[in-house]
Amino acid sequence: MSGVLAALFGRLPIGWLQLTHSRTRFAAALAGVSFATILVFMQLGILGALNQSTIAPYDHFRADIMISSEDANTLTDGGNVARTRLFQALGVPGVAEGAPILIGDLVLQMPDGSSSSLQTFGLNVTDARFVSPETASQMDLLRQENHALIDTATRGIPAEAFDGLLAGSPFPFEIQGTTLTAVGTLQVGGGFTADGTLFVSEQTFLRTSPNRAAGAPSHILLNVDEGADPAIVVERLRATLPMDAVKVQTLKDAAAADLAYQTTERPTGIIFGFGVVIGIIVGIVIVYQVLSTDVADHLKEYATFKAMGYGQTFFLGIVLEEALVLAIFGFIPGLLVSLGLYAGMSSLTGLPVAMTPDRIAMVFVGTVAACALSGAIATRRLAAANPADLF
Amino acid sequence: MSGGPPIVVRGLNHFFGHGEARKQAIWDVNLEIARGKLTILMGPSGSGKTTVLTLMGCLRDVQEGSVRLLGAELNGASEADLVQLRRRLGFIFQAHNLHDSLTATQNVLMGLQVHGKGDPVKQAKAASHILDLVGLGDRADYLPGNLSGGQKQRVAVARALVSNPEIIFADEPTAALDKQSGQTVVQMLKQLGQDRNTTTVMVTHDNRILELADRIITLEEGRIAKDVIQEKPLQIVQSQSVS
Ligand SMILES: Nc1ncnc2c1ncn2[C@@H]1O[C@H](COP(=O)(O)OP(=O)(O)O)[C@@H](O)[C@H]1O
Ligand SMILES: [Mg+2]
Repeated sequence: MSGVLAALFGRLPIGWLQLTHSRTRFAAALAGVSFATILVFMQLGILGALNQSTIAPYDHFRADIMISSEDANTLTDGGNVARTRLFQALGVPGVAEGAPILIGDLVLQMPDGSSSSLQTFGLNVTDARFVSPETASQMDLLRQENHALIDTATRGIPAEAFDGLLAGSPFPFEIQGTTLTAVGTLQVGGGFTADGTLFVSEQTFLRTSPNRAAGAPSHILLNVDEGADPAIVVERLRATLPMDAVKVQTLKDAAAADLAYQTTERPTGIIFGFGVVIGIIVGIVIVYQVLSTDVADHLKEYATFKAMGYGQTFFLGIVLEEALVLAIFGFIPGLLVSLGLYAGMSSLTGLPVAMTPDRIAMVFVGTVAACALSGAIATRRLAAANPADLF
Repeated sequence: MSGGPPIVVRGLNHFFGHGEARKQAIWDVNLEIARGKLTILMGPSGSGKTTVLTLMGCLRDVQEGSVRLLGAELNGASEADLVQLRRRLGFIFQAHNLHDSLTATQNVLMGLQVHGKGDPVKQAKAASHILDLVGLGDRADYLPGNLSGGQKQRVAVARALVSNPEIIFADEPTAALDKQSGQTVVQMLKQLGQDRNTTTVMVTHDNRILELADRIITLEEGRIAKDVIQEKPLQIVQSQSVS
């Protein structure tokens, strides 16, 4: 290692030699950097889970445009939309087809008394074009009254409970006094508001939710004509529909707006966002502490180098070398531990806590930058001082 | 390089501290140090020897008066100029100040690499040669932690001398050493200086070194109290081994 670095720098790899000189101190420094990365990864993991579980329900649908109640910030809050909006929309040039969806939270009762809340979607089962292929292929199964597609990753229900269903035998369960039969499955998992997902027909949905009406679905999905620009069609719809009652967005924009609302306006999102900021600050403080301590401990030696005629770029070089070594060798164990913690968290909570390549790259770059910056700051004292005052 | 004296000090004053605590440590020091000679600075503890030495050696900013080092004025010199000047000097401190994660050879190499990347093979040869000269050829790959005090100080001497500096400054280089190793280190310095016509300025309390000096300057309370030129200093003859 030291030979490779020497060839690379054209000088002795002092940073590397200095860091590895005392194994225990090196280990402690690496542990510090690892801890900082773990902290940031955990906070990002939780925020990511919120984002993921916010976006996930939108992925069940295949549509260009969504009409929602004017006060609906998410899929589940706000009022309903009058079904007549669907017919009005179909009259707008560029709109090819539309379908209502009903969304509600239903509580599934297990025979042992436990319960799980399911985000339930009521669909027009004669039209499979508005749902993801996974659901579309099972759509016909829902035509029969009280049939359902159930989420096998539902939090609170042991995975083994679905073994029979996956093998082909129907799975009866009780929901608010009505017995439904799961005849197909999907795999979504829990989020911050519900434990799982359920798909039923519109009729079945209305039967389990007596306070909902066929004339007032939760949202209306639209597809545009082949070749039409959804953004332009959205503008036309906005001009046609009463904007004090409904809002019209592309499905993509609706998902993005939901995400923004969850992370910047809802307390959970704000708290998780703070967690990330605090994690990053604490991480930077740890990394700075590690590097500035190392510089302080070697001030005499550095002063000697300065007396010999080494300039500030040399010290910056050493410290950046150290920063890079610490960042790389501290990041790797930090990442591995974080992957383990992610797996543990998602199996404990059922939340989609998962690592993404983007996040790995982002935290790595952040770690290197924090280390480099801390190192550069730590050498400033050296730059200002007379060598004679440092011995 | 002109033929003038390598160090010329005129009207040098120096102060430590600020405000109420400001205290003058050096009072109107005037000096010319001759090329190729061993000059010794003596005086009681606190008399200003280290201060004068570090002022002449670019290790402390000159506040008042003038220090001309190798033809360059240090008062008001830029950091970049100071860095360049320091590369032409060799410093040996009371504490060896070796980098404890570098081997003896690597510490010595630091004295060479300050001049640029250079040829690694040549550098390795030079380092090994100078370590042989200070009698540590067999300890070249030792870390300072595994060397005795005298050996460490000899590595520090090797580090200071390896790049053939024009002036060597040494601040009580033997203070931390026993009699025997102290003697070895000083004789080595004297001999290497003699061989290379290096100018050496050394602070020491050690009486046994005085007889080697060309000139002995005594400081008292920040002023030059005595300045003696020895016409016939003891020469180290080649047969005397330095190891
Ligand atoms: N960094 C400093 N800050 C304040 N006073 C100092 C400092 N260095 C030296 N002095 C003072 O300057 C005077 C000369 O010190 P010094 O040059 O170290 O003497 P010597 O090397 O002869 O023992 C002493 O009175 C000392 O206390
Ligand atoms: Mg002193």
